[in-house]
Amino acid sequence: MKTFKMGGIHPSENKLSAGRPIQLANIPKQVVIPLSHYIGNPSEAVVKKGDFVKVGQLIGKANGFISANVHASVSGKVNKIDVQLDASGYKRLAVFIDVEGDEWLETIDRTPTIISECLLSREEILKKIQDAGIVGLGGATFPAHVKLSPPPGKKAEILIINAVECESYLTCDHQLMLEKGEEILIGVSILMRVLDVKQAAIGIENNKKDAIAHLSKLAEKHTGIRIEALKVQYPQGGEKQLIDAIIQRQVPSGRIPIEVGAVVQNVGTTFAVYEAVQKNKPMIERVLTITGKEASNPGNYLVRLGIYLASVVEQAGGVPANTGKIVGGGPMMGRSLMNLNVPMAKGSAGILFIKAEESLRKPIQNCIRCTKCVRVCPMGLEPFLLMNQSERNMWPEMEKNRVMDCIECGSCSYTCPSNRPLLDYIRFGKTTVGSIIRNRK
Amino acid sequence: MEKLIISPAPHIHGGDSVKKNMTAVLLALLPALLVGFYFFGLGALIITLTSVISCVLFEYILQRYVLRIETSISDGSAAVTGLLLAMNLPTNLPIWIIVIGALVAIGIGKITYGGLGNNPFNPALVGRVFLLISFPAQMTSWPLPTPFSSHYLDAETGATVLSIIKSHLGELPSTLSLFLGNMSGSMGEISSAALLLGLLYLLLKKTISWHIPISILSTVFVFTALLNYFKPDVYASPWLHMFSGGLMLGAIFMATDYVTSPMNPRGMLVYGFGIGIITVVIRVFGVYPEGVSFAILIMNGFTPIINTYIKPKRFGENIK
Amino acid sequence: MNTIVLALIILGLVGAVSSIILFFVAKKFQVFEDVRIAQVEEALPAANCGGCGFPGCHGFANACVSAPSLDGLLCPVGGNQTMQKVAAIMGRTAVESAPTVAVVRCGGTCDHRPRTSDYDGVKHCFIAHNLYSGETGCSFGCLGLGDCEVACEFDAIHVNPITKLPEVDEEKCTSCGACVKACPKLLIELRKKGPKSRRIYVSCRNEDKGHIARKSCDVGCIACGKCEKVCPHGAITISNNLAFINDDACKLCRKCVEVCPTNAIVELNFPPRKVKEESLV
Repeated sequence: MKTFKMGGIHPSENKLSAGRPIQLANIPKQVVIPLSHYIGNPSEAVVKKGDFVKVGQLIGKANGFISANVHASVSGKVNKIDVQLDASGYKRLAVFIDVEGDEWLETIDRTPTIISECLLSREEILKKIQDAGIVGLGGATFPAHVKLSPPPGKKAEILIINAVECESYLTCDHQLMLEKGEEILIGVSILMRVLDVKQAAIGIENNKKDAIAHLSKLAEKHTGIRIEALKVQYPQGGEKQLIDAIIQRQVPSGRIPIEVGAVVQNVGTTFAVYEAVQKNKPMIERVLTITGKEASNPGNYLVRLGIYLASVVEQAGGVPANTGKIVGGGPMMGRSLMNLNVPMAKGSAGILFIKAEESLRKPIQNCIRCTKCVRVCPMGLEPFLLMNQSERNMWPEMEKNRVMDCIECGSCSYTCPSNRPLLDYIRFGKTTVGSIIRNRK
Repeated sequence: MEKLIISPAPHIHGGDSVKKNMTAVLLALLPALLVGFYFFGLGALIITLTSVISCVLFEYILQRYVLRIETSISDGSAAVTGLLLAMNLPTNLPIWIIVIGALVAIGIGKITYGGLGNNPFNPALVGRVFLLISFPAQMTSWPLPTPFSSHYLDAETGATVLSIIKSHLGELPSTLSLFLGNMSGSMGEISSAALLLGLLYLLLKKTISWHIPISILSTVFVFTALLNYFKPDVYASPWLHMFSGGLMLGAIFMATDYVTSPMNPRGMLVYGFGIGIITVVIRVFGVYPEGVSFAILIMNGFTPIINTYIKPKRFGENIK
Repeated sequence: MNTIVLALIILGLVGAVSSIILFFVAKKFQVFEDVRIAQVEEALPAANCGGCGFPGCHGFANACVSAPSLDGLLCPVGGNQTMQKVAAIMGRTAVESAPTVAVVRCGGTCDHRPRTSDYDGVKHCFIAHNLYSGETGCSFGCLGLGDCEVACEFDAIHVNPITKLPEVDEEKCTSCGACVKACPKLLIELRKKGPKSRRIYVSCRNEDKGHIARKSCDVGCIACGKCEKVCPHGAITISNNLAFINDDACKLCRKCVEVCPTNAIVELNFPPRKVKEESLV
């Protein structure tokens, strides 16, 4: 079975919410839609206090190329535009909307019929994707239209769909594939049309056998789309690792995937593309997994953007009593949340409750040089060395040791027998070296 | 709700610990230890207990009363050092010499440099080589293997295979009995079969990678086979070299010591190759009949250089 | 006997040849350096802190010698005294500059600023800052993990374990600016030391609106504007919901300290106030 060639770990999967059907999250009295995402410029608000907005109406306009539109996910009156603590741990601008009814824009097709025909031209599709504010739903929330517009002279050969979901606990993509398989495949063919490629591969880890079987059956009707079952290994969902696993090409250091002829999109993104192009529905909701070893009712929920996570959690049975840490996202790359009064954002894939006794880190010991971090690093780096250099502020040396290649997957910290905070320091070094490189230009 | 805990990702840990790794090494040493007990009886038991207890005790005393820091004896690394030191000693060694060896191993070999993780040389080997140079007579009188012997200091002694090869005196045992361990030598080094069993365990547990042991053993084998091929009457067969002396113990347990070996697969191969070459050169052309300890210590010294100049294979490196 | 003589001759020859080679090499690769650079460097404190903006004391000496005048060049560690020595070597005059000292512009001690979460990562401000806004509700305040302490070469700044705020030792502080660069929250500022070390500054950097700032910290600046109005010298400006006292204009009258409703304005090293008569009644 295919997988990437270097490093990797296999944390216990804990897919507690697998097979739970996607439920609709209740809409509370007020939603707070963040105007900024992790990557790119924050969008500019185009509504003001007192305005009445409908579902799907543009409220934040993209600011620059690497930025995405934001739409109202509910109908109601704009209460204010103010700062709000979001999942990034900082206060940022957001639009507060008091919910009134559920009035949708007339252009949005809300019928369940599946439309498979798409005769739009490449530019028209791209425009629709850009207008709908679609971002990569894998976690990095990079605007989708950017990756779909390769730089001049570069031509994609294959579209790779990331349906790996290699993080433990998370099941939102898995469930989406089971319930919206046909729509996803239409989304894939639309993306193939945009990129003008003849083939697409959907990479799915082998712990989701039902999704593999379901999509393989559906894919028979679509030419050029194949399903690749992959060996279960973290971080297979890393862009470079997935390309290595599926087409056995390694993206060189500091380059982007298009240089080896591949474009990678998340499976959730393809569904959003389907909805935007065929149904004129902008990105206003996504699937969220609520899980944790002690969660009373782990499950998958379709949540409108801007709903406070606390409200969804309440619907799912509340916060377990013995919770020490709440993580937004998966356990390996997610961010710990200060509280649940943060709004749902485009990048939120899960809420994970970690038991109090598993929340604290174990005491740091001396590095015993066991080389386990080197063995598991999927990028072939030396985490122990990078950490030492970061502690001593040796930035030029870190750059030479290719700290910028680090994908921050956390395999090194996960595996270290001395509980050393390798990734913390490497991330610090990466940030610093990155700004040094930017200043040099 | 209480205050939540905030920390950077990742939020889970694999559960590996220093203690688990050290326990794995101790378990892997068990077969060889049992063979040692079988062939050397009482003497083996005495030196093992003396060495392990004094190593742990010295670590405790030095950290608790001299350095006044938290002791690290519970991680098991001092016990590993003690056991490895015992494995490298003849079983008729007086207790006071063993205690000196343990003090040198822990005190000079490890604590002086800042404890586990910072020592440039393998502590057990530092102790053993110190004893070998300071007490050459006691350190090179090897008891003959007698199952369940109750002799300690008064055990009957004989020459090791390597000194027989070196001096061309006496009769060489068969390769099979060498493999099983029926020969004179240090307590833990005699049975290649038991040591290979330990290697298998360590590889299965992924405690060590194959690079160092395999590169050492194959280098020694190829080098001695070449010598033997051109001048069979002067140089012993490669199988004799493989199964005699401390080669197996050194290649599997001493050279693979985490702290003192290189940090990536490519470097490990270079390191193993170096140890193999130096071992054969000392054995065949040097004064000492055995050279694994020296070879490992010499290559320990080269480890920082190897780490600096030999980097692991990077992702995307072989792209043209 | 013969061997000894031979050895002497050979060694002598080798020595002679080597010295000739060395002589020519030294001639050929001689680097000319202004002698004054070495003299200036001698006069500098040799702390190599980089506080002057040049790479170490040698770099600064080089700059002093090559620059047309000593304007704008200041060794913060040595201060005016050192600069006068340098000026004497160069035969120029040094511009007198007021000595400065580092101040920490956050007063949010554990009592004033309740913790809302527990940080369990590496004790390193920059890493915590990259992760989130901090353990308290105030996203501008001190994290208390001591990057400034590590950065200080002069042992002049220490995080108080009780208040979890750094405190500057004025005697030791050379105002080299290392802590200013180290603080990810930009809390540390070099301010004029002032006469008899008397200083007044706003001990807060919170740019949130008043009610939000008030909620997260008792002693935060809520930008009420009282200080701006009361200041007779126009030294106080409010921008981004935060007051700032310009130390060039401030005459240390302490009126602002009295009116500040949250005690965010701090006075240092002043004698205790005279108790007003009416309050005695």
